Amino acid sequence: MPDANSLYGPLDPAPDAGWVEAGPRVGFFTDTSVCIGCKACEVACKEWNGVPDSGFDLLGMSYDNTGALTANSWRHVAFIEQPRPAGHRTPPFADTPTGPPASAQSAVTAAGTTTDTGTDPGVPPGRPEAAARMAAGPEFLGMPGAQPPGRATGADTRTDFRWLMMSDVCKHCTHAACLDVCPTGSLFRTEFGTVVVQEDICNGCGYCISACPYGVIDQRKGDGRAWKCTLCYDRLGAGKTPACAQACPTESIQFGPLDELRERAAQRVAHLHDRGVPEARLYGHDPTDGVGGDGAFFLLLDEPEVYGLPPDPVVTTRDLPKMWKRAGLAALAMAAAAVAAFVGGSS
Amino acid sequence: MSPERPAVGDLFRRFRARLAVEGAARPGEPGGHAPKAGTHGSRATGTGAGVARTDAGAAEAGLAPQPLRDVPPVERRRGRRKGGGGEQLTVPPAEFTSYYGRPILKAPVWKWDIAAYLFTGGLAAGSSLLAAGGQLTGRPALRRAGRVTALAAVSASAYFLINDLGKPSRFHHMLRVAKPTSPMSMGTWILTAFGPAAGIAAVAEAAPWLPERGVLGLGRRLLPPVGHAAGLVAAATAPALATYTGVLLADTAVPSWHEAYPELPTIFAGSALASGAGVGLLAAPPAQAGPARRLAVAGAALELWGSHRVENRLGLLSEPYATGTAGRLLRAGRALTAAGVAGALVGRRSRVLSALSGGALLAASVCTRFGIFHGGVASAKDPKYTVVPQRERARRRESRGPDVSGPGAGPNGG
Repeated sequence: MPDANSLYGPLDPAPDAGWVEAGPRVGFFTDTSVCIGCKACEVACKEWNGVPDSGFDLLGMSYDNTGALTANSWRHVAFIEQPRPAGHRTPPFADTPTGPPASAQSAVTAAGTTTDTGTDPGVPPGRPEAAARMAAGPEFLGMPGAQPPGRATGADTRTDFRWLMMSDVCKHCTHAACLDVCPTGSLFRTEFGTVVVQEDICNGCGYCISACPYGVIDQRKGDGRAWKCTLCYDRLGAGKTPACAQACPTESIQFGPLDELRERAAQRVAHLHDRGVPEARLYGHDPTDGVGGDGAFFLLLDEPEVYGLPPDPVVTTRDLPKMWKRAGLAALAMAAAAVAAFVGGSS
Repeated sequence: MSPERPAVGDLFRRFRARLAVEGAARPGEPGGHAPKAGTHGSRATGTGAGVARTDAGAAEAGLAPQPLRDVPPVERRRGRRKGGGGEQLTVPPAEFTSYYGRPILKAPVWKWDIAAYLFTGGLAAGSSLLAAGGQLTGRPALRRAGRVTALAAVSASAYFLINDLGKPSRFHHMLRVAKPTSPMSMGTWILTAFGPAAGIAAVAEAAPWLPERGVLGLGRRLLPPVGHAAGLVAAATAPALATYTGVLLADTAVPSWHEAYPELPTIFAGSALASGAGVGLLAAPPAQAGPARRLAVAGAALELWGSHRVENRLGLLSEPYATGTAGRLLRAGRALTAAGVAGALVGRRSRVLSALSGGALLAASVCTRFGIFHGGVASAKDPKYTVVPQRERARRRESRGPDVSGPGAGPNGG
């Protein structure tokens, strides 16, 4: 019997999918406050999962040359440079040289840069106005900078800035739209509560790609199939930690039972608030949110959209019963119109 | 990975070159990416906490100035501009944050095949209804045209759908499951029911050409009743075929499709009826085309009502339907629909005028389908359409329920 919350609301997904002896749901807690942007997670993921290479070129957009999660990048380290102090209470760079300011022009130009990731849609171009707006401020270093920080300008032009880094990944939603809309049953819910594509079933219809509210899943060119993070399903089966979490040198990526991770995350946020980082907040941790909570959730230091995450994602299938009802009404109207057209009138 | 990728570093060299060119082209901007002195007028020199991140950069880059970034946006419900020309939308410049302007969503990877299928699927549905009506009310011209068109359109649909797959050879994997949560799965089964029925009904039209004797003679006698039954089966499935595609598009994260879910099935139902009527007007003599004329009116009414709603009701998310390719296509669709209906009503006695109206209705249906398709794709490509409505929704929720824990809410936030 399907749960009343099958389409929306708090739910334990594995038993709902029919697993009888499912273990505790596992996932990732990615604490961006300790991420150093080393991209070991990206590399480890590619190594373990045999993901094709990508991103050998420079996007001209910050120090992030991966650009986005794609079929060929199942982890993506976002890199953001902001013209604001790293901490509100004690600006650590108050008198430290931070380098020459460059114009938002470089951000505008970089927004038009794309790279061939071998996937579709891959890393599409961005909107120049939005890119300029992000880079705007009293000072912007301009990524990629042409010179090392602090050179060629006087001390009077120097201001504070901060770098944000975040390793993005498939969220393994409680209510996964990709899984719901998959017409072949290729996407399935594992006993660990994660969402995995069966590559021998996927026929590349592309529906999951339009359905994902986070823009995670993507189509590999030539191959035609959709690919994304499996949360290392094979490693989980062998009782191992997923490759990215294993490789993370700062434990920014933490793997474990979701309940435990949520507790740990709440403590970490409280700790950061105490330490004077009021902007620390959790993202995707709440089982009552639009997707029923994420299996991979984050601690962020700014609004989600700064990192390229949707601020308030809602699983599209929440509205599916209403959609079918509307379609039924439209179908009835259509049948009625046809009957009336032939019955009524005389000509 | 494509083997013909440019050499490593090539992309960055091109970026640098473009930056140099574009930077130099701006008036008042020193060229290139050279570091600028802090004397630039638009730049505040203040430091410390709470430095407002302004849109100075946008202005500096020669783009439209935007309001202050960290100021809570004012209510956007300003309605329409008074005395403005026509139905120009007054959506104020959306102010939002993004990750270097990159889209959040992955735009649909569906190629134009799917937009074409939206048309051919609807045409198949509309013409099979026309055929069934003709069959039941003794209008052989409508029946014949409807059945043949339905078969042709449903065959084209199958081609478009399979051709769009990333792995076309695996099309039959669609038949592994039947999932009500997947409109595409439901559509597969609807097509599986409709296709053969429409095919048999169309083949039955060949009965008069068969010889009167022998095995084929048996076929000549059996085909008409079989075709009759098959035509009714096809007509019974047709409304589902025409309307499920609305759910197919709406059940995605694509902002302008999802939010239009109440209207999309209605638009597609209307468009299907109008295109079926178009076939009737093209193929049937004026004496038999009366029902087609009435179908055209009904279809156009549904379609115009629906597209008017999506172009006006959705606020910011109506914008993709009013601008660019989608806007042009939908405007053309509306004009063609109006012309088609007017021609159908005026040209009651004229075969030529009726046929022209039928053609206009078919073209209108094509324009509408491609317009809706392109509007959605455009809304997925711009982070604005993802961030701004979601921000507003979150703000509304926060202002409504004080119990809702905000971002970073205390230790019990998990």
